[in-house]
Amino acid sequence: MFAFAASRLLQAIPVLLTVGLISFALFAFVGDPVTILLGQDHTEAQRLEMVHRLGLDQPFFIQFAYYIWAALHGEFGISYRLAQPVSRLIAERLPATLELASAASILAIAIGVPMGVYTGIHRERWSSRLFMAVSLIGVSLPAFLVGILLILLFAVSLEWLPSFGRGTVVPLTSWWTTGFATWSGVRALILPAVTLGLFQMTLILRLVRAEMLEVLRTDYIRFARARGLTDRSIHFGHALKNTLVPVITIIGLQFGGLVAFSLVTETVFQWPGMGLLLVQSVAVADIPVMSACLLLIALVFLTINLIVDLLYFVVDPRLRASRDP
Amino acid sequence: MTPLLDVRDLIVDFPTRRGVLRAIDRVSFDIAPGEVLGFVGESGAGKSLTGAAIVGLLTWPGRIAGGSVHLTGERIDTLRPDRMRRIRGRRIGTIFQDPLTTLNPLLRIGHQLTETMLTHLDLTATEARRRAVVWLERVGIPDAPRRIESWPHEFSGGQRQRVVIALALCAEPDLVIADEPTTALDVSVQAQIITLLKTLTRENGTAVMLITHDMGVIAETADRVAVMYAGRIAEIGPVAAVIRHPAHPYTDGLMGSIPTVKHKAERLRQIDGSMPRLDAIPAGCAFHPRCARAFDRCLIDRPGLLAAGATQAACWLHAPEAPHG
Repeated sequence: MFAFAASRLLQAIPVLLTVGLISFALFAFVGDPVTILLGQDHTEAQRLEMVHRLGLDQPFFIQFAYYIWAALHGEFGISYRLAQPVSRLIAERLPATLELASAASILAIAIGVPMGVYTGIHRERWSSRLFMAVSLIGVSLPAFLVGILLILLFAVSLEWLPSFGRGTVVPLTSWWTTGFATWSGVRALILPAVTLGLFQMTLILRLVRAEMLEVLRTDYIRFARARGLTDRSIHFGHALKNTLVPVITIIGLQFGGLVAFSLVTETVFQWPGMGLLLVQSVAVADIPVMSACLLLIALVFLTINLIVDLLYFVVDPRLRASRDP
Repeated sequence: MTPLLDVRDLIVDFPTRRGVLRAIDRVSFDIAPGEVLGFVGESGAGKSLTGAAIVGLLTWPGRIAGGSVHLTGERIDTLRPDRMRRIRGRRIGTIFQDPLTTLNPLLRIGHQLTETMLTHLDLTATEARRRAVVWLERVGIPDAPRRIESWPHEFSGGQRQRVVIALALCAEPDLVIADEPTTALDVSVQAQIITLLKTLTRENGTAVMLITHDMGVIAETADRVAVMYAGRIAEIGPVAAVIRHPAHPYTDGLMGSIPTVKHKAERLRQIDGSMPRLDAIPAGCAFHPRCARAFDRCLIDRPGLLAAGATQAACWLHAPEAPHG
């Protein structure tokens, strides 16, 4: 298992280098940093001086090496737009996004898995058919529409929940602020988390249901029934466990997706997270922020993939046997 | 004496869009305590379905459409699902064909054994565990106290079938339905498994309904044998009588197709044609289109089981007024 984890970590290095290359290439191909920094009016001498100071006269791969070296030390340069270190900007925004994505995931799993099991076991019941019909809406409605509808209903008409922001946040460390600690923070989290989690929830529901239907047809479930085990044990002890491998895969990938692509939800709710930062940066071509976000998202995906791979070992003893003698 | 299992005029239907398919048509037989009743027939003759109908595990949309099943005098085919569940495993055990797929791959075999016992018997967890080790020893798994912690994939096919037998017998049922218990195994292992099944059921006084298409297994193991054809019992009687003096032309054909050591035939006899499909079962005797000795009555009337020497055969040749006696 340790060897497997180590080999996976080694495989992650070329992936990160490739993503680093792409995010580095942004500087070269999206706008000219010298012009951006000096403005329109500058002399040729000033330009050459700036090119030299920025190291842009060095060969491409030397520049790339500098970039990677800096990135390894958490240095991503200065935001063009906010004139602040990118690392600090991201550190301020990351907790908001992670909290939102976690809340959305937990919501999606807590509702999606039991409903998937239910609709898989009782597929003939009208309530299952109703869940499936409603879940179709969840899969097909875009997040911005769901968010706006939720705001309209719960924030504007009923005035139960706030429509934007994180509410009152409490600092946990120098840069990590949490919204979980105050009532206002939790209230502010509800609508964005529902919006972000709705799609994952319906996806998990449908996946768990399909896997349950598959597993309930297997011989070992028939044999479990033939041994007179209780329905509860058959469904949750025997069947659900066998659906977990694909479900874990999807939940993991989706969590990466939640972190990476929460920008729509964050924009709708003005949630001060990475997504909103990325959207604002793209609008003004704030390349240092964009490239740092790109690298970070790649890192998040790789980390989650590693966790998912390790979870397979926990769930399925056959993998332990074949890979780790 | 009341028989252990008494099946009367059992009918199993499969409603389909194009009409109802009758897979089991008025099958009647009984099994005495401790008796081994073999079931032979071609694929699709309804042997396995009969077994599944008895334990209430027909796959949807199959259903019992008529007849009755009594277990020691108590009618069990109309029991509520939860009452029936308590009979499965506890009163009637089941052994399936393919040991590679009948064990849950994600649960240790010790867990599967103790869970089955704890569901049906009033035991402490420690006692169940002790018995699980004893059962593994009884079915011939070496090093049982350690192997109880193993996963199913760590056993060979033959060993897994031994574990399946332990699982089917561990709640001490009065009857075991063994559905092709050796078909998926190596020829070299088949005999061992049959011997094991014979020994254990004899020790416990367990009756066996042995479903197979291997006449050799029946000859060696069963007290009586029922020959099935197109969802009906063609002939039923003591094994020796059915093998030496088959009374039904179909049984006769079956016996003729088995090579014997004494008579080295150049070619084995075969029955021309094939078993009818469920949607095209002929009127009268289902076998008449393939029967060389069919006469007028066979085309119109369906024969019931008639006394024919030591056995009973569903064939008009054995009616008192039959033309050829």
